[in-house]
Amino acid sequence: MSDDVWIIGAAMTPIRRHLDRDVLDLAADAALGALDDASATIQDMGVLAVGTQFEPYTFGQQVQKQIGQTGIPVYNVHNACATGATAVRSVLMEIRAGETDMGLALGVEQMTAGSPPYRSTRPKDRNVFEPDGRDGHVLPTEGVLGTGQMYGVFAQTGTDYARRHDGVGFEQFARVAEKNHAHSTLNPLAQYQRPYSLEEIMQAEMLAYPNTLPMCCPTGDGAAAVVLVSDARLRTLDPDVRRRAVKISASVMTSDPYDPSGLAHPDVNTLTRLAADAAYEQAGVDPRDLDLVELHDCFATAELVHYDNLRLCEPGGAGEWIDRRGPWRDGEIPVNVSGGLISKGHPIGATGVANIYEVATHLRGEAGDRQIEGARVGLTHVIGLGSACAVHILERSAG
Amino acid sequence: MSSSVTRVPVVDYLALGDGDPHLVGHRCDACGATHLDRHNACPACGGRAFTSTPLPTTGRIESFTVLHRGAPKHIGPFVSVLVRLDDGTYVKANLVGVPPEASAVDTDEPVHLVTYPAGTDDDGTEAVAFGFAYASGDDRTRDDQHGNEGDDR
Repeated sequence: MSDDVWIIGAAMTPIRRHLDRDVLDLAADAALGALDDASATIQDMGVLAVGTQFEPYTFGQQVQKQIGQTGIPVYNVHNACATGATAVRSVLMEIRAGETDMGLALGVEQMTAGSPPYRSTRPKDRNVFEPDGRDGHVLPTEGVLGTGQMYGVFAQTGTDYARRHDGVGFEQFARVAEKNHAHSTLNPLAQYQRPYSLEEIMQAEMLAYPNTLPMCCPTGDGAAAVVLVSDARLRTLDPDVRRRAVKISASVMTSDPYDPSGLAHPDVNTLTRLAADAAYEQAGVDPRDLDLVELHDCFATAELVHYDNLRLCEPGGAGEWIDRRGPWRDGEIPVNVSGGLISKGHPIGATGVANIYEVATHLRGEAGDRQIEGARVGLTHVIGLGSACAVHILERSAG
Repeated sequence: MSSSVTRVPVVDYLALGDGDPHLVGHRCDACGATHLDRHNACPACGGRAFTSTPLPTTGRIESFTVLHRGAPKHIGPFVSVLVRLDDGTYVKANLVGVPPEASAVDTDEPVHLVTYPAGTDDDGTEAVAFGFAYASGDDRTRDDQHGNEGDDR
């Protein structure tokens, strides 16, 4: 079997000063042109890689909202003048690895002044209302058309869950923070290492109902790293290295599939459910097999809804599960025994590696005072708004 | 409100022209999904043709928060809501005409679109914003509907 990879469609926009097209227009023109050239549709694509040096955040996911949101993994690539080639290589590697058989790579940059910004507001000498951005806003919309503040966005995710399910209120969300602050007292790497009482959490400053200050992750600095090898290479390594090796049984990445509500308010549930279900299938693991979970508790409201999204509790039963201490370190499935983002901290780029470090350390039996005894299988979950979700399932080496 | 004042919508999907104020969506000709912002192709299906469509002015609240920290100083704490309009289109806005308290929000009660002045520029042009209100808030004046004049913080 050959591992050759072929190009079946290609397109580009004119290169000039585009005064009439914003950067999303340019990206969409090239992407849709390449799909047309390949006689393919966005539904045929199994992966998307988007390279840009200057566009921040999850830019590839913003492109999806212009060309089709099908839930596929998105790589946002940033590699100076090699950015576009790296995007192409990212798709090539996914195909060569057998993850998918067709994908779209895109590179885009808007470097001249004067073209319409799709997101920013331009500085003005005088305050004159002029439509700006794709929604044509004439003044800042924060506080006028609701909120885009992270703790407010995730607060709404929580109140949406509370509306749909019984037994979920302010106290259940606060109990998540009580648990994570208790867990971090055993973690010398955590940013906070002191317990907070439920009462103290509920009476703390309200940032955005129902999230009070100790229910929100702090700002902090940190880093984490892992080394991966192939199975063939592992077999050649020292027995002590092999004994401590942790198997990645599942690695799944998703983006938002289209949902009618998702453009007005980020839907963190659907892509998490899709990633978790795919990961369980890939690993041949049932949620009840998990010895520990590190999930993305940027805010207490987020952790509670992810109990349900990751199938850790009965459907709709996240409130009842925290009430009976299911996710505590001595509960049915320990969740965020590191303290989670709320208490361990959330240095954004490090977080998705730090949770793998945490689970791997338990599987190796090296987690010290916070060790979950006999841990064999663990799950990590992160979500970046825009959105990107990654779920990994790790297993202790059989040896 | 003087008719000589030039009024502009705070975002371009708010229509102030003829008839009652309402939102306007881009409806995909292929699948019917409706989006408030302009899209190059439909995020639901990839279709590339859209038709401008007036949207209903009534709906229900699906989620909310009361934003305290970081609220713009001239606005103060406010209630942010995600509203599902009666045709299934979603829009984020403020709930107006209520105090900024969680207990003031009832997700079972329908809401309807209201407009209010949100600012004036150096030329005297007035920006008109929209929000959602409960029927019981109808007797309030427009200026009171913002509901953010409280001095909680």
